[in-house]
Amino acid sequence: MDSRRRAPVIGPKVRQVGFVTPNADSPGEGVMEKEAGNLTTNSPTPVTIAPTRPVIEIPHSLKADPVAVPSPSHRRGNEVDIPSAPTASYNPNDSVLDGSSLPSSKGGSTINDVYGSLVSESVAESSPLGRPTGSTVGAFAERVKQKTSDSAIGSAVIDGGVASGKPGKGSKANNRGIPALSSSDAKSSEAPADGSKPLKERTSKAERRAKQEADRAAKLAGKGTGGGAGGDPNAQTKNSKGKKDNAPEKKSVQAPEKKGSDKSSENQKKKEVPAPRLQFDDKERVAKSKRRSLVEQTETKNRVELFRHLPQFVYGTQLPSLEAKFFQDDAMHPHPAVYQVGLQYLTGDIVGGNARCVAMLMALRSMIIDYETPPEKTLVRDLVTRTNNHVNFLITCRPLSISMGNAIRLLKAKIAKLDPSLPEAEAKASLIADIDTFMLEKIVFADKEIVKHAVTKIRDGDVVLTHGYSSVVEMILVRAKEMGKKFRVVVIDSRPKLEGRRLLRSLLSKDIHCTYTHTNAVPYIMQEVTRVFLGAASVLANGTVYARVGTACVAMVAHSCGVPVMICCETYKFHERVQLDSITSNELGDPDALVKVAGRKESALEGWADNEHLQLLNLTYDATPADYVSMIITELGMVPPTSVPVILREYRKEPAV
Amino acid sequence: MNFQVVVLAGGVSKKLHPLVSKDVPKALLPLGNKPVLSYVLELLETSSLKEIILVVAGEDAALCVSNWVAETVHDRLRVEVIAAPEDSDTADALRSVMHRLTAEDFLVVSGDLVSDVPIGAVAATHRRQGALITALLCNRALLGSSEPGSEKIKLQPVSDIIGLDSTQQHLLYVAPGAEIERDLRVRRSLLRAVGNMEIRTDLVDAHLYAFNRLLVQGVLESRPTIKSIKQDLVPYLVRTQLRLGVPSTTVGSPAEDKDNQHPPSLPDTEVFAQLLRSSQCQHRATASSSPLKCCTYIASKGKFCVRVNSLQAYLDMNREIAGEAIHLTGYEVSSHNNVIHETSQLGWKSTVGPQCMLGEGSTLGERCSVKRSVVGRHCRIGSNVKIMNSVVMDYVTVEDGCTIQNSIICSNANLQERCCLKDCQVGTGYIVTARLELKGEALAKKEKL
Repeated sequence: MDSRRRAPVIGPKVRQVGFVTPNADSPGEGVMEKEAGNLTTNSPTPVTIAPTRPVIEIPHSLKADPVAVPSPSHRRGNEVDIPSAPTASYNPNDSVLDGSSLPSSKGGSTINDVYGSLVSESVAESSPLGRPTGSTVGAFAERVKQKTSDSAIGSAVIDGGVASGKPGKGSKANNRGIPALSSSDAKSSEAPADGSKPLKERTSKAERRAKQEADRAAKLAGKGTGGGAGGDPNAQTKNSKGKKDNAPEKKSVQAPEKKGSDKSSENQKKKEVPAPRLQFDDKERVAKSKRRSLVEQTETKNRVELFRHLPQFVYGTQLPSLEAKFFQDDAMHPHPAVYQVGLQYLTGDIVGGNARCVAMLMALRSMIIDYETPPEKTLVRDLVTRTNNHVNFLITCRPLSISMGNAIRLLKAKIAKLDPSLPEAEAKASLIADIDTFMLEKIVFADKEIVKHAVTKIRDGDVVLTHGYSSVVEMILVRAKEMGKKFRVVVIDSRPKLEGRRLLRSLLSKDIHCTYTHTNAVPYIMQEVTRVFLGAASVLANGTVYARVGTACVAMVAHSCGVPVMICCETYKFHERVQLDSITSNELGDPDALVKVAGRKESALEGWADNEHLQLLNLTYDATPADYVSMIITELGMVPPTSVPVILREYRKEPAV
Repeated sequence: MNFQVVVLAGGVSKKLHPLVSKDVPKALLPLGNKPVLSYVLELLETSSLKEIILVVAGEDAALCVSNWVAETVHDRLRVEVIAAPEDSDTADALRSVMHRLTAEDFLVVSGDLVSDVPIGAVAATHRRQGALITALLCNRALLGSSEPGSEKIKLQPVSDIIGLDSTQQHLLYVAPGAEIERDLRVRRSLLRAVGNMEIRTDLVDAHLYAFNRLLVQGVLESRPTIKSIKQDLVPYLVRTQLRLGVPSTTVGSPAEDKDNQHPPSLPDTEVFAQLLRSSQCQHRATASSSPLKCCTYIASKGKFCVRVNSLQAYLDMNREIAGEAIHLTGYEVSSHNNVIHETSQLGWKSTVGPQCMLGEGSTLGERCSVKRSVVGRHCRIGSNVKIMNSVVMDYVTVEDGCTIQNSIICSNANLQERCCLKDCQVGTGYIVTARLELKGEALAKKEKL
């Protein structure tokens, strides 16, 4: 206990939050490496990293690759002193790959503007600022290439050398990375960053360019010598595999030769940028989309300034209007099962990431069962549009969660990949089988695996803290109890949903010793806690955990008290996008939920909508920076948050995803 | 949306005795100069429910109703009129059409319902909850609201005692109010499953139900003692909902029916188990698993929802329809807040007050006054006639100097000179002799009595 309390590390972190940034500004890396070293030696979380884990199966391609896979076991073997070295995944090699795949990834619409420009600049010289230095880049690159080909292994070393020239850059980026929950913070921190960025870019541009080239050369050289004749095709496949499969080959091994075609690839990339998410402060578009939707959506009047871009509707009006149309509009009407699920989302009968996702998949499944291809249409095309319509309907009921987005993307990919010559019955059967396997493998079995892993982290005498309700955490605790472990649980809850009560009820029915309190008592209760288990709605590529609001607060307090924070999340919820704050993308709950206080007849906030000076904010999610997360427990094993990109890259490339 | 609609139009009701007869079954009783049934059909039509199965008790009544249907609504709705045995109760009537139902769920609507509650909402609630039965409950209507200011305003007598759970979504207990004297018997298992129950007497069962077809089919087949939907079937389902929860799909229903919908090759069991697990998680309030399958939709306060099932209700409804609920009829209201058909003629110094209706082709003599009343079509009303709080149906002849108060005069009746009727019901074709003064009597032709 004492050793944990030693040094609460918090405050102005100089560690990188994003995983792409080091690529964008390599100078930060040297500093960062040092910092990370310091940090992790200070950090009182070594206990969280499991020594061995047979479940993590590192694909062969990975093992052959010089890229260090941040499999904790591997790391453990090499560097005993730095157990959670996050730099492992910052290896320039994979960051090049990820950099190219990132902007093209479908869901990446919320990447911060500044952030996005950083990435794109580093990948394809899209910024006009980069042009003047173009010639020097080439020259520099040549020099570095020579150097690197001499020392075939030492890409990392070179990075360090180059990087040491420019300290301080990384720290800037970092400060911005920590999500600013309050509006003023976000704004003030954003502005200076914007101003100072381009200057830095210009100077470091050449070096970055050089480094990229050098890395590629080094890699090629390494392959050539190591793999012999089979080396080249191998490398190629590996590289293309590294991308998200819907991203076209943009920057593969032949990138140096492709310089001339940079323009075209840039164009291509522009096309790939996903349609911007509907910003709800854009009045015209909102009006347009409203006309199309089945659900009547009246927006609330006084919305919080900072969150105007998010949809917020008067909750009371949606349900009756939808119900009144129950029997109408047969043509545009969704399938009854989908309709039912939509209603359940709307009324809050189904909550929780997994439950919502399963309900949606079951609904879509029965939609497919009842589907008949209309005459003169092909199943593949028509079913995709039909699915889109149904999903749009569900979105009007409640915005999709990230996990649901992933599942839909998968389903649509499956439909698109169907052989058009397949008879309808078979095509439907195969789709249904796909949905079933998805539900089984990614949700049911994944949960079981997570429970298996997580239970090993609960020891006798532990005090486990959890926040709100997470189905996985519930299973873990129940399983631990069944195994006869002696521990007690602290359930942290928060208004207005009070989901923790549900967990509390189920734990108490299993005779688990519980303490129940609200978020405001977290700092106090954290003194006695030894483990924090939290659920998540999604884990983003930079390790940010996107979860039920309140999670960040719990994780931060736990971190400052030196309590390991373990996030339990199935990998199907992982997402490629990067999010630094919880403002750009979030979901607004019903503000009236804040007004009602259980057991009180009159509320002080009655009639708040008429008061123009008052705005209520009921956020649904928040983002926890990776710094505060000790470990993410997935069905593939326990990984540090920095390894999320690796999982995204390596496990999302099954033909389907 | 996989719903079918059954309208139980009833036959010749005994409660509405002098008003209904072989020629005028209950469904065709004029209410605001339109048959009662038309209100239900219009309600269904606004919800885009166009295929309707109409069950009428008695062959003669069925013939009348189907004639009316063929005349008026056949172009908009597809109504299938089915005759049930004359003395059959609601559940029997339902049995007789059960074989025609194929959809997953069906709605049962009482033919005497006058309401503007969106039926879609009831069906949507039913679907959303995955319920076995969903009942529409409405607030008890005010009675005697006719004379504002008088102390006659009172609530309808307690007709139902209804137990709801804390979310007010589930129906836990139903009992007819009249039978309850002092004790309520509630199952302990139910209380254990729910935690707490709210017992309310201010709600009325509106006789609009959404049923799960397979379940009801099973119950109706296995229990021939169930005679009435309201008195037997619904209480039975509510009582046994804890047990019904799971096996309803397997026991009460042909299981193969369910299986046919899914390709048999799939590993369904696991997925369904998973779904069950997650769906059990839905209900936050009732914790682990929610076995409650009987749900309710409570009509919001502003909605109108009354059944025409008694003389008093009929009279009240006519006033309501002519007054506050005029929007249900679709008539256009004049500047004097009344509806007077353009072909009707008013004599010299005759007045028709607000909240009145005067049907097509009716004529009023001199110095008449009509207050808060509904006068049907082609009536001939003489001079110096006073009609207050009353309903005068079609083709009625009222001769000079009559006074009609709080009464119902059926079609083709004839009131001779200087009659004075108060709180009376005059049957079809009855002739009230001159200068008669009557109070609180039901008059009908001899053979009817």
